[in-house]
Amino acid sequence: MTETETRTALVELSGVGKRYGSVRALEGVSLQVHAGEITCVLGDNGAGKSTLIKTIAGLHQHDAGTLRIDGEETRLASPREALDRGIATVYQDLAVVPLMPVWRNFFLGSEPRTGVGPFKRLDTGLMRRTTREALLRMGIDLRDVDQPIGTLSGGERQCVAIARAVHFGAKVLILDEPTAALGVKQSGVVLKYVAAARDEGLGVVLITHNPHHAYLVGDRFVLLRRGTMVGHHTRDEITLDELTKQMAGGADLDALVHELQRT
Amino acid sequence: MTAAPNRTDAETADGEAADAKTAGGTVDDGTAGHGTADYGTADERILQTSATRKLLARPELGSVVGALAVLVFFAFAADGFLRASSLSTVLYASSAIGIMAVPVALLMIGGEFDLSAGVLVTSSALISSMFSYQMTANTWVGVGVSLLVTLAVGAFNGFVLTRTKLPSFIVTLGTFLMLTGMNLGFTKLIDGTVSTKTIGDMEGFASAHAVFASTLTLGGVDIKVTILWWLGLVALASWILLRTRTGNWIFAVGGNEDAARAVGVPVAATKTGLYMGVAFGAWISGQHLLFSFDAVQSGEGVGNELIYIIAAVIGGCLITGGYGSAVGSAVGALLFGMTSKGIVFAEWNPDWFKFFLGAMLLLATLLNAWVRKRAEAVK
Repeated sequence: MTETETRTALVELSGVGKRYGSVRALEGVSLQVHAGEITCVLGDNGAGKSTLIKTIAGLHQHDAGTLRIDGEETRLASPREALDRGIATVYQDLAVVPLMPVWRNFFLGSEPRTGVGPFKRLDTGLMRRTTREALLRMGIDLRDVDQPIGTLSGGERQCVAIARAVHFGAKVLILDEPTAALGVKQSGVVLKYVAAARDEGLGVVLITHNPHHAYLVGDRFVLLRRGTMVGHHTRDEITLDELTKQMAGGADLDALVHELQRT
Repeated sequence: MTAAPNRTDAETADGEAADAKTAGGTVDDGTAGHGTADYGTADERILQTSATRKLLARPELGSVVGALAVLVFFAFAADGFLRASSLSTVLYASSAIGIMAVPVALLMIGGEFDLSAGVLVTSSALISSMFSYQMTANTWVGVGVSLLVTLAVGAFNGFVLTRTKLPSFIVTLGTFLMLTGMNLGFTKLIDGTVSTKTIGDMEGFASAHAVFASTLTLGGVDIKVTILWWLGLVALASWILLRTRTGNWIFAVGGNEDAARAVGVPVAATKTGLYMGVAFGAWISGQHLLFSFDAVQSGEGVGNELIYIIAAVIGGCLITGGYGSAVGSAVGALLFGMTSKGIVFAEWNPDWFKFFLGAMLLLATLLNAWVRKRAEAVK
């Protein structure tokens, strides 16, 4: 774990802050994403998790601190630029177009084409085949890639989105609460694919408010509360209990336990 | 608390078990068609789908069934409905709607409306006619200027929509009213009456008439050239929708605009392009309107925008976007043509047309919704 600190991080934030008018959404957040590692960002609702990922995904620009990609200080102007630099984001709710077939979703925005001039067309055979193969590689076996993606379960949709990011050579994968709306089993399946993406050598940023999920797969843990960073730990520095406690608000939780026990 | 890691480990084990089930469920291929039998085992893992289900899932199915029903109905109710000459009349009436229904359907798949489409046809004809007459230019010059101006109106719709993020209903209602006013206002200002001066004796009229409004005779049957335009547009639109990157983007911006934007689809350009597509259709229709005769009534076209939308909806376009087909819009237009002419052939009072139209719209939409629900439930 210590020798990873000397490697250049795929993405490195130091002291990043963001304001919306007079609202301080994020302040002084630092984190590193390394290849083959999962960095978990934990925080309650309103802790600034979304703002943080939007900054890394290129939807917003930070207005304090520095963002380094492969060691080079930068500022992302658009989601497209983030994608081009190998940062793919899978959003919880807007990952896919429900009525479109799985294979069309898979290639949306990066469609391979064949033919010349006005006869340039989608390479549908290649698209169908590649979708099947890429999903299989991640361990997802869909027989019919022609079904609308809306007919898949929430967990499967997340998995397709993850497989898509891996296929298109993303170096960094940002997952926005991938397990938030899922049942226990589905969450397990999704976490397995998150681990599979890590094993493919991607650096993963996993946003969650579930410390159990985070601890299952995470290598680093960044805790956010009310827009500021309240903790930054590597896996060997912290136990699940401690993580859960910090996540729940430490002292606040103690008070709550006390309060509830009286009844 | 200390038990938590164990518990979560068990959860992943369950997850893997569920996953194994996924693999198992998909291995036994072949025996498809049993989708309904597996209903009880719940959930997404049932991936069987048969040819029938695929057919049921086609967007244009409802309209094809409806069109066949109307065809059979008028075959009995109206003498001579099935004669070649009658059918050619029906096709002509259908093509007049169909030429606009195709781009309107594409726009609806892209998730937007265009209420200005009806009067834009008239605007396009007026511009063409008045430019040629006032400049004493070859009619083809007017036709070209009209194309540019009409496309600019489409681009304006798209630009205002994507910039202001107002609903397309409001934006195009605005252009609809402005165009209606300008059509009448400019015509009266320039020509002094509500119709344009005749351009029938001007240079280039004959060739423009041949392109936009001629009648071909094929095996003794008169075929209006608009039918060819219509078929060409349906083929082109189907190609774009199903086989090009642009088509993928059209479905995506209509189905989930935010998701499309997040993966790098140029949403604003796609929508603006769709509005310009409608404008292109309006240009063809407008030139037909002009060259069928030699003058244009400036008040025409109001209300037609709804007819185009109805044809697209009957043809299976979802009113919320992201679903539909160009062929469907053609069948919707055909249903329109058959009903409007069938009523004439059956010698009924044409006042009943609107009633039939409304009933058909309701039935087709219900049938579409029902078919889609079934197709998706058993998939």
